[in-house]
Amino acid sequence: MDVEILSRLQFAGTIMFHYLFPPLSIGLGLQLFLCELAYFRTREAAWEAAARFWTRVFAVNFAMGVATGIVMEFEFGTNWAAYSRFVGDVFGSALAAEGIFAFFLESGFLAVLVFGWDRVGPKMHLFSTLMVFLGSMFSAVWIVVANSWQQTPAGYHIVWHDVQGEMMPRAEVTDFWTMVFNPSSVDRLTHTLIGALVLGAFFVASVCSYYLLKRRHEDVSRRCLSIALPSALLFTLLAAATGHDSAQKLVETQPAKLAAMEAHFHSSDEPTGLTLFGWPDAKNETVHFEVKVPYLLSLMVFNDPTVPVPGMDKIPEDQRPPVWLPFQTFHLMVGLGTLMIGVAVVACWCWYRKSYSERPWLLWTVVFMPVAAMTANQAGWITAEVGRQPWIVYPSIQDGVEMMGLRTADGLSESVTAEQVLSSIILFGVIYSLLFAVWVFVLNNKIQHGPESGEELTEYKSKLKADSMSEKFSRTAKSFGGDMMEDGV
Amino acid sequence: MSYDTLTFIWFVLLGVLLVGYSILDGFDLGVGILHPFVAKNDQERRLVMNSIGPLWDGNEVWLVTFGGALFAAFPVAYATVFSSFYLAFYLLLTCLIGRAVSLEFRSKVHSARWRNVWDIGFFLSSFTAAFLLGVAGGNVMAGMELGAKYHYEGSLLSQVYWYPLMVGCLTVSLFALHGGIFLYLKTEHDLQARLKRAITPLFYIFASLYCLVTLATWWHVPHATENISEYPVLWIVPILNALAVLNIPRAMHLGKPGYAFFSSAMVILALASLFSVAIFPNFMLSTIDPTYSVTLQNARSSAGTLQTMLIIAAIGLPCVLSYTVIIYWIFRGKVKLDPHSY
Repeated sequence: MDVEILSRLQFAGTIMFHYLFPPLSIGLGLQLFLCELAYFRTREAAWEAAARFWTRVFAVNFAMGVATGIVMEFEFGTNWAAYSRFVGDVFGSALAAEGIFAFFLESGFLAVLVFGWDRVGPKMHLFSTLMVFLGSMFSAVWIVVANSWQQTPAGYHIVWHDVQGEMMPRAEVTDFWTMVFNPSSVDRLTHTLIGALVLGAFFVASVCSYYLLKRRHEDVSRRCLSIALPSALLFTLLAAATGHDSAQKLVETQPAKLAAMEAHFHSSDEPTGLTLFGWPDAKNETVHFEVKVPYLLSLMVFNDPTVPVPGMDKIPEDQRPPVWLPFQTFHLMVGLGTLMIGVAVVACWCWYRKSYSERPWLLWTVVFMPVAAMTANQAGWITAEVGRQPWIVYPSIQDGVEMMGLRTADGLSESVTAEQVLSSIILFGVIYSLLFAVWVFVLNNKIQHGPESGEELTEYKSKLKADSMSEKFSRTAKSFGGDMMEDGV
Repeated sequence: MSYDTLTFIWFVLLGVLLVGYSILDGFDLGVGILHPFVAKNDQERRLVMNSIGPLWDGNEVWLVTFGGALFAAFPVAYATVFSSFYLAFYLLLTCLIGRAVSLEFRSKVHSARWRNVWDIGFFLSSFTAAFLLGVAGGNVMAGMELGAKYHYEGSLLSQVYWYPLMVGCLTVSLFALHGGIFLYLKTEHDLQARLKRAITPLFYIFASLYCLVTLATWWHVPHATENISEYPVLWIVPILNALAVLNIPRAMHLGKPGYAFFSSAMVILALASLFSVAIFPNFMLSTIDPTYSVTLQNARSSAGTLQTMLIIAAIGLPCVLSYTVIIYWIFRGKVKLDPHSY
């Protein structure tokens, strides 16, 4: 295989694996913060037990996010050196801003969040939780900004540099804020963050519904569900709204991606229908087993059912993205999104009627919703990234001047060979499989252990209070926390 | 501010990030290297690991930010260095992942075998990470086979020869010493006494390697001393370095481990400064033709970006330093196990 395919596979693999964790960290971060806020306001031990439990789950997930994220940071240099030289001026500053504004904040206050329960007061702890949550949001902000700039570049110009006798182009920032707020930043950012919040809400709802089914930790579970279910409903609805906004912009900024997502091969003067299901065949430019709703795509894109949407034939042949994958992943995302809205509506309604815990089928459905949310997040990401091929940096028009883009094939590291990339894929394939197994194992371990009850926690805390300061720190508590605490020797 | 001044400021700021990383992650890598040798049972191992429990993650962020800042300020250097060290970097990443998960997962299951596996993982990944960082540093010092248009023409094998390997050993011994003193500060009783006995041989190993590498650099990397001979004021760096090295056994002997830790941090600072002085104004010297080298001039971003980044750093760095201080303050004192420990 050639270096390009291997490098693309490697990037897709490492980023998809990484992307399992940050959305859950962001989403869980909000749920954790809300639990702790409830504890702070009511001072009820059950809320604290909930917050302590979600902290433990959060910590495992966060460590995985950090461990896999560090790979992404360096991968641009190792595998995409030509790309890094082309965009470093723009992309690098967003990445550096992420480091300085987000990573230090998260990692610093994570220490207080995880290890500080008995060391700092509730106010400081609540503040730390908020900082960790904000840090993970900021991190997403800069990464999505950097990615959006590649999709819809703005605020830059191309400068030609003499590199040992040959002129080479480079994108340089002319206006930092135009670069940051490029045409797709805000839409993509809100949609991505809300996708993460949906995942977090359903994750909490899932674990708590599982406890209700098993009749364990019912007090803590009910409390958490009263936060998780309404937020699941709110965020799934917002996800639909922001997704719709993003898609509408595409017709101007990335018509090729839109055409691929909808498998819309042939332009015509007639209004465009929306394909609900199908099997696109790019070779013959047709969709097999197509189920189509007339007028709907025109309506959704232009808010007007009669305006035709441009198709793939408007795009020069050498600039067309693959169709099958963006089409299927986009439809999968939308389908799962609709399913999640439905489940959230039903769950909230039953919760409101106080019949939620009496419906095992509903509880089991909610138990599996994080899989749907995770899949939707991944699918959306694949749509966005595959749909922009063959460009790694889209060509754009700045102040009426047409700017050159950068093709993915031209972004590779020149000095890296296929064998090297293949060996790194094998190495990371093995490591990531192991990691995934361990992550599932430990996460399951924590969930099976579950939160303490309010009474256990009160007892533990009264012991803490009885001890003097020095005893407090030297005592090796045995019975408390189970999975967290080990018996000394 | 002129373009050249901005460039120089960013070279210095990258140095600051690198020094911050080496001092902070230096001790937790050192803790990882020492832990199978100094901790005799499970409880001691947990104490050793929890001494860095709340801190290692924040320490590693210095490396991540260094990577981001290098990307932004000197994209050509970022692209060339990382693609040249392709396999070495993937090994380093493997080690960093290994460390993170060894710490996080070790205490999650009650099983001696489970814990042994993660203990070995923690040691190997810490040791290898420290070694690889040194090997990479040694290669950058000595120069690499950089061809036209920044295309690296060497291979993994041409990066592995006696000089970088020696620098790798030096780094391991330095981090082990630094980590040993840190652990001495954080522990008590038997464990502390064992650490004290370990610090003396560690110091001698480090000091001998330090002398050897200095001589080797003089002989193998003649260009490393050019800047110092041109600006004699820079002699202050190696002199301070030697003083800091000698102060470590003195402070330990006087029963002032805090000073010893400060001294080993200063040794790292001085060595990193010497490294920066030696390579300036290059990031990567080409051994094929000096005109192919990646320099500050040809690797930098546009003036506008350097300026924007400087504003970002001016806002960000004080925040970073203030919460670093807060976190280290909250987790001060001897390490104890509690329900939230690893």
